[in-house]
Amino acid sequence: MVKAEVLTGNEAIAYGAKLSRIQLISAYPITPQTTIVEKLASFIANGELKAYYIHVESEHSALAAALAAALAGVRAFTASSSQGLAYMHEWVAYAPGLRVPLLMAIANRSLAVPWNVFCDYSDTFAEMTTGWLQLYCENAQEALDTVIQGYRVAEDERVCLPVMVCIDGWTVSHTGEPVEVPDQEKVDAFLPPYRPRYSRLDPDQPMYLIWRGWEDPKATAKFEFFEEEAAQAAKTVIKEVNQQYFKLFGRGYGNGLIEEVKVEDAKVALLTMGSMTGTARVAVKRARSEGKPVGLIRLKAFRPFPSEDLKKLSERLDAIAVVDRGVLHGCGCGVVYSHLRSSLYDLDERPRIINFIAGLQGSEVSVEDFEAMIKKALRTAEAGKPKELVEWVL
Amino acid sequence: MVLAFRHAVEALGRNTVVIHAPGCMGWVSNMPGRTAHKLPAIMPCFASSAAFASGLVRAYEILGRRNVNVFVLAGDGGTADIGLQALSGAAERKDPIIYVCYDNEAYMNTGIQQSGSTPYGAWTTTTPVGRLWKGKERERKDVPLIMLAHKIPYLATASVAYVEDYVKKVRKAARISTIERKGLSYIHIHSPCPPGWRIPSEKSIEVARLAVETGFWPLYEVVEGSFKFTVKPEKLKPIADYLKTQGRFNHLTDQQIAIIQESVNSKLAELERLALAISRSTG
Repeated sequence: MVKAEVLTGNEAIAYGAKLSRIQLISAYPITPQTTIVEKLASFIANGELKAYYIHVESEHSALAAALAAALAGVRAFTASSSQGLAYMHEWVAYAPGLRVPLLMAIANRSLAVPWNVFCDYSDTFAEMTTGWLQLYCENAQEALDTVIQGYRVAEDERVCLPVMVCIDGWTVSHTGEPVEVPDQEKVDAFLPPYRPRYSRLDPDQPMYLIWRGWEDPKATAKFEFFEEEAAQAAKTVIKEVNQQYFKLFGRGYGNGLIEEVKVEDAKVALLTMGSMTGTARVAVKRARSEGKPVGLIRLKAFRPFPSEDLKKLSERLDAIAVVDRGVLHGCGCGVVYSHLRSSLYDLDERPRIINFIAGLQGSEVSVEDFEAMIKKALRTAEAGKPKELVEWVL
Repeated sequence: MVLAFRHAVEALGRNTVVIHAPGCMGWVSNMPGRTAHKLPAIMPCFASSAAFASGLVRAYEILGRRNVNVFVLAGDGGTADIGLQALSGAAERKDPIIYVCYDNEAYMNTGIQQSGSTPYGAWTTTTPVGRLWKGKERERKDVPLIMLAHKIPYLATASVAYVEDYVKKVRKAARISTIERKGLSYIHIHSPCPPGWRIPSEKSIEVARLAVETGFWPLYEVVEGSFKFTVKPEKLKPIADYLKTQGRFNHLTDQQIAIIQESVNSKLAELERLALAISRSTG
């Protein structure tokens, strides 16, 4: 029997974690993820979830405790945002090297300064070189589903990397939507219990996890290579998991890495992430009703970056307008724009790629904003080259 | 500090996981691919040894493995300074871990920089002796008393010169934390560092013993609120006897020595009053 409830994104994540039968939570509050850990506390307090709840005294400690629990052999969960994520950066960088699965939910919030509780991706983009997988959800339903899928992906022996499941602060984290809450038995069939595969801390199987990189730098660097291989392998795993989830639960999100809307016969496409995609869908629909050959690509997986999939669909496009919710400071452009240009560089036939930096500091990106972007993208495709490459939508 | 580690591990046994905070013992205990102790071990990020231990110990509980000793070995830097927050949190949560701080009174692994535990007057590379500075100008933090305020079930000071006393304390900590699950046990062991203190290696134990015999390093334990001195010299030697053994103190003026003597005296008096007050409140 399927249950449908009105849930906020944060509540949906809490349900996803509960259904994933997490065994340990390290909880520390920070706006706008706080209601995730509050909801989990109430599940445990009411006996609905059997998990140990550690009231850690900081985010740095939150990830320390969650990683420790995963090494001991339990499925662990934590959540953070913005300053908290930045505070735990040391552990964020540490975790992937141990090849231990972990899942952390992030309610995206702009990193200070300016001090802001509202959404942009400066917090998670700041972690992009650490080796964590990063999956961005458009809405509460996807958030719930992606937590469950996220554990499957993280714990797959081909991956064994930590995963961030990201939702837009406030727009998704605090907005109620109808969400189907899957049956526990079905989730159990989809997500088996966790067993540590590689690194562990177990007196019965003593392992030494003190890394001396400098003793043999090239051998140590090889581990980074293996780690990257796993991140690349994750592309296949994410697609498989998405497909299997669709079979079992009736919900899929593109191919798991990207979602295409009307791209097959499009000349230009918008590329978005997260909840602003919802608004972009409206603009694209309107454009189509006016006969404009416009499509939409939603990037769900930022890490691993789906270069192959983007290359494939880019071959038919004349222009792509990348909408970035985070700036690659010092490079004069947005983060995803920079990634895309790099990915498509070697194509024999390349689309024009232009960048719109929008939605920073929680600012709204309206249907009209997207319509203006579509206009510029079409003009760029027609002219064969852009008027300006990077525009800040302020 | 190796003594502190070796005796602790002997006392705790093989059903133990070691969390080596970054520092001297973090590195001295292992070489590529192996550890000296053959126990599962990890070196966590510097600020959160205790938080890591918290996650580990609660995970073992979930797995039905309550008798695994979760043992944190950290230096004074990793405890009094950068690690204090995590230690405080673990103590407040009553996470049943055994935390041993080996105190060599500075960040020795990185080359003798002052820590919150460096005593007044000591030379270190960041509290050097020059025209204006004469070694550390502040009194040290008293981490054991900070832990006392957390009302943890077991607290003790120890010294590498009093091994039997120390081993007894480690066993007590294991009983109270691992077996009886009463909360965090904290042992703060004084551990001379020959290069950092400017003493010959072979004088380490002698110097550590003088610290106790002069009252500089009182040995006590607090078992579920009940305070007891475990070693109490009948007559205390003058602090100068201790200070003059170490090159890091050889710049001290008579005035500085007098300040240190006064500080030792008042600290001991404070402990005596505390002991009385605590036994009154629990008695």
